[in-house]
Amino acid sequence: MKSLLLAKFTATSCIGLGVAPTLTALVEQRSGLKRCEFETVKIDTHIGEVPAVDAQRLPKDLQIFNCRNNRLAELAVQQDGFLDAVQAAAARWGRRRVGVFLGTSTAGIMQTELAYRARDAVSGALPPDFEYGTTQNSFSVADYLRQRCRLEGPAMVVSSACASSAKVFGSARRMIEAGLIDAALVGGTDSLCLTTLYGFHSLQLSSPAPCRPFDAARDGISIGEAAAFALLERVPENLDPDAVLLYGVGESSDAYHMSAPHPEGLGAKRAMQAALTAASMEPGDIDYINLHGTGTPSNDRSESQAVTSIFGPTTPCSSTKGATGHTLGAAGALEAVISALAIQNGLMPGGVHTTRIDPNLTAHYIKENRRAPLKRVLSNSFGFGGTNCSLIFGRAG
Amino acid sequence: MRLSAYISGIGVLGPGLHNWPHAAAVLSGRQAYLAAPTVLPTPAMLPPAERRRTGRVVKLALAVALEATASADADPTLLPSVFSASGSDGHICHEICQALALPAREVSPTRFSNSVHNVAAGYWSIATGSMTESNVLCAFDASFIAGLLDALTQVVVDRQSVLLVAYDSEYPAPLHAKRPIPDALGVAMVLTPERNATSMARIDLQLTDEPCDNMPDPQLEALRGAIPAARSLPLLRLLAIGAPGRAILDYLDVSRAAVQIEPCR
Repeated sequence: MKSLLLAKFTATSCIGLGVAPTLTALVEQRSGLKRCEFETVKIDTHIGEVPAVDAQRLPKDLQIFNCRNNRLAELAVQQDGFLDAVQAAAARWGRRRVGVFLGTSTAGIMQTELAYRARDAVSGALPPDFEYGTTQNSFSVADYLRQRCRLEGPAMVVSSACASSAKVFGSARRMIEAGLIDAALVGGTDSLCLTTLYGFHSLQLSSPAPCRPFDAARDGISIGEAAAFALLERVPENLDPDAVLLYGVGESSDAYHMSAPHPEGLGAKRAMQAALTAASMEPGDIDYINLHGTGTPSNDRSESQAVTSIFGPTTPCSSTKGATGHTLGAAGALEAVISALAIQNGLMPGGVHTTRIDPNLTAHYIKENRRAPLKRVLSNSFGFGGTNCSLIFGRAG
Repeated sequence: MRLSAYISGIGVLGPGLHNWPHAAAVLSGRQAYLAAPTVLPTPAMLPPAERRRTGRVVKLALAVALEATASADADPTLLPSVFSASGSDGHICHEICQALALPAREVSPTRFSNSVHNVAAGYWSIATGSMTESNVLCAFDASFIAGLLDALTQVVVDRQSVLLVAYDSEYPAPLHAKRPIPDALGVAMVLTPERNATSMARIDLQLTDEPCDNMPDPQLEALRGAIPAARSLPLLRLLAIGAPGRAILDYLDVSRAAVQIEPCR
């Protein structure tokens, strides 16, 4: 595939608003996970919450979009001059020539959860002020940002569970390569809600403790929330060697089970191989792998097998979910931004909360930060339904 | 790059539209449209354990995907897919929200797994054994064109055949009052970069400011306005008539999609 430039990127999660605090937290190996006191939730678990979402307001003319997910998206686009960069792209290319492709798994479902608590006692109707299309519907976050940024190009949401906001990079690169647009606002947003907190709890997939990816005693995920965005453009002629490029996108399906990964990680392997092929790279070209690494026994086992089968046991890898939590449909975009920060700063972020690495996992998991020049980084995102996506980012020069 | 492909297989299922041959007879005016609730087949292609767990959106998407791949004589294990829907399983969403509004907050694990927007794509992959990539999209009322655009870019950029499945199903009360989709309707197409033995027509797509086309039949026009996937009806009508033509399909608030159809036979 033709490489693309990450002309601008930003991320907001429980470890920080914007890239500078995110990087600092990674350097300090600081986790943002804390005991769950979210809303009225009574589950013994840890979560990655962004407290500033509560006070965030949407612009007056876009109040119809008001829900936790869109407030988180608004908070995130205000960081790092991201809105200005989008407006500059719109001015440069034209509003019709900038697309919006965002990932989310649950969008504003919390608005519906709250509405169901306030149903009319007699008719059962939802409250009159409940808006479905601009909150609960998966498209709402893309619709919000395209109206917020007054963009008029193609727009859509990819909603394939926890691979959503990795896969948007694939859709955007096809639209750009087809010549339909010149730039794309990509990324993803997923916010805390009762559906995922109680849902993962019912599947016994969430840990009472902060998640410990690749630990011998790992016992599940910690759910987090995040919004992360990038502005993708064609690679310009005069390129800063420190710029970060998207080199490869690889996707696959497990064809195995709705909520359990393929036991040998065959789908994951296929996605990583497809990303290497798209990037015209060999496994040895990858310096660090940001794993999906959710911290469930089965996910980490199958991913480790898949990684080792392609890269062998020496390529350093880690999961940053011990720091951020599993931000579900936003994880792909959040970890794309973390990969870009890793490349720009020569930092392989060690996995936090992991104390004793599972001896049965053969991938080269790192617990401590490492400093080394990084040319190429691979980032994995896998989801329910057996959907897999691997992205390869790298230095331009 | 021209957004162009060959439609080499098709599947349709909706209210009063039983399959593509039947829909083609209705849309071309050879047969009267008789409104009737959509009848969804049990997906025999799934293992019995999975079959029991599937809801209406999965049954719908699998039925049209199967009809399209069969009519294209295509091997599903080799076809990447694009699933585009304006919502996930509305009945599961309702059941989860209802459970969360009760003090016990007991969410069924199976319902939660099947609540994801990519539930149909997941079951399609399990049913066919296909490990190819599957994109799963939502653009609210614009979901059909969002899916068609994504599928066409796969054809023209990566020069590969793609299965497009656009489908929508209803929400039960009380959500139904907020999102009044009346019934289930799905459209699937196998899009190929080259003309082959099963190709029906070539499609070219351009975004436009022109107003969208209506359906001449008032009942079909009502359907077009009520179910997002039915925004494809003017395109399906051209295919059913089998003559060259152009149709404008509704897309976003700021743009529509103009499709040019050139029949292959």
